[in-house]
Amino acid sequence: MSRYTTVFGSLENYEKGRVVVINDDPKAYVFSNVFEVANMSKPYEKVAVGKNLEYVLEAIRCEGTSEWRATPHDEFALVMDGTVRIELFDPTDQLVDPAAQGSVALAGEPTGSRMGAVTATQGHMTLLPAGKAYRFHSDGVGVILLQTIEGPDTIYRWAEICQTD
Amino acid sequence: MTMTETAPNASGYKDFTIGAFTFSRDEYFATISWPTGTHQLAIDVFLRAIQRDVAWGFFYGTVNFDSVFGTVNHYGNVDMFAGRFNEAYRKAEVDYNENFTHDDLMAAFKSVLSDWTNAGYDPFAAPMETGSAYGPSNGNNDEAVTRRRVVADRMVSVPGDEQIRTDASGFTVNRGFADVPQNEPIVTAEPGYEDQVCAYNMYAYISRSDVTWNPSVVSACKESLYCPTSEEFILPVIHGNDRVEWFVQLSDEIQWDVEDRDTGAKRARVIAKAGDVAAMPADIRHQGYSPKRSMLLVWENASNRIPEMIARGEVGVRPVEF
Repeated sequence: MSRYTTVFGSLENYEKGRVVVINDDPKAYVFSNVFEVANMSKPYEKVAVGKNLEYVLEAIRCEGTSEWRATPHDEFALVMDGTVRIELFDPTDQLVDPAAQGSVALAGEPTGSRMGAVTATQGHMTLLPAGKAYRFHSDGVGVILLQTIEGPDTIYRWAEICQTD
Repeated sequence: MTMTETAPNASGYKDFTIGAFTFSRDEYFATISWPTGTHQLAIDVFLRAIQRDVAWGFFYGTVNFDSVFGTVNHYGNVDMFAGRFNEAYRKAEVDYNENFTHDDLMAAFKSVLSDWTNAGYDPFAAPMETGSAYGPSNGNNDEAVTRRRVVADRMVSVPGDEQIRTDASGFTVNRGFADVPQNEPIVTAEPGYEDQVCAYNMYAYISRSDVTWNPSVVSACKESLYCPTSEEFILPVIHGNDRVEWFVQLSDEIQWDVEDRDTGAKRARVIAKAGDVAAMPADIRHQGYSPKRSMLLVWENASNRIPEMIARGEVGVRPVEF
């Protein structure tokens, strides 16, 4: 048996660190916790926990089935808690401008070809390919950290999620 | 640039002259001299730092080996400095800076690293996982110091891209991550979509890393790069930012010592635990301490426009204002 225990967080069990200020403003560090944010979120809200110019990291609470979304560029979904099934779909029509940024929600089911599915648990990363559509499903509650570009549904609530003093 | 090297000294190591800097090592120390001063670092500290500078291609911004010596990457050319980001050295006017082409300085650093690293010592490894850097020259460890840095074009596991790590490929699970689940996701691809329905276990991938403090690119959303890394002991350099970078602590804990980038004055200590997300502003330098091997996701915007955008005031040193 290993003498080391690796500590991963979860929705039900996480311990948040903090910024200990010496001579600075804690808001400069935009310090939050993915599990805390997901605990405060509605299912499938895309809440930014990181932003680097146009690029964002979104914390997504996975609960039930999401809407279908189409992405103009590759995105990457890292499951940080729970079990999430990711369905991928190749639409017949172009659903999103390839030059756009961030994914867009689709009204209803896309038409086209089923590409396949991934069942992912903690630590698993899935490619959400450019030009395709996808949706998430979780029987319980899960958390995804999404590597993407800010889009029309990215939610910013820094003052609520970040350490301010 | 002129680079010269001498015959081995009494300890068996060559001296190197790079521009107006000279580098020499003995059994315990690296000694660096420049026209207005001289400086010493413990040889293991020096080797761990120069190993990262070489492996990262001088990285983003400033790589401080310690509070005195380091490099600044200008992406095509590189400054090597002594005392430039040390207020006392600047006031005393004993600081020094010299610019080199990327390729010239890289070639010189590789020569130093090869000659000064002994057989059995791996600068990438955690101190408890390798031999001693000290003592007289005892061969080399070129296989370790020339490891290829992983850079995925799209994502690890995608056909034609970087592949997952396995026992068979020589990457066993590190002792610090023996309890990390190794299960892979269940992937079901319809015919014709096998190269687009892709997933892998990133935590297992990190658990099999044989290096510390060496971010490798596992996924790329245009210029947004996920660069996870396994961390143990101390970040061998004090990284001075030329852009905002972000840390997502995936497992365990790292404490970050944050200082003003230009003066070294202490600004904050960031205690990051699993699930925590923190930005490192573009005007700081930082060094991390990981008491147990941990998983860190370094998130970078690789655009080389950013330092100029900050200099022109088009973007701030903080990622967001709220």
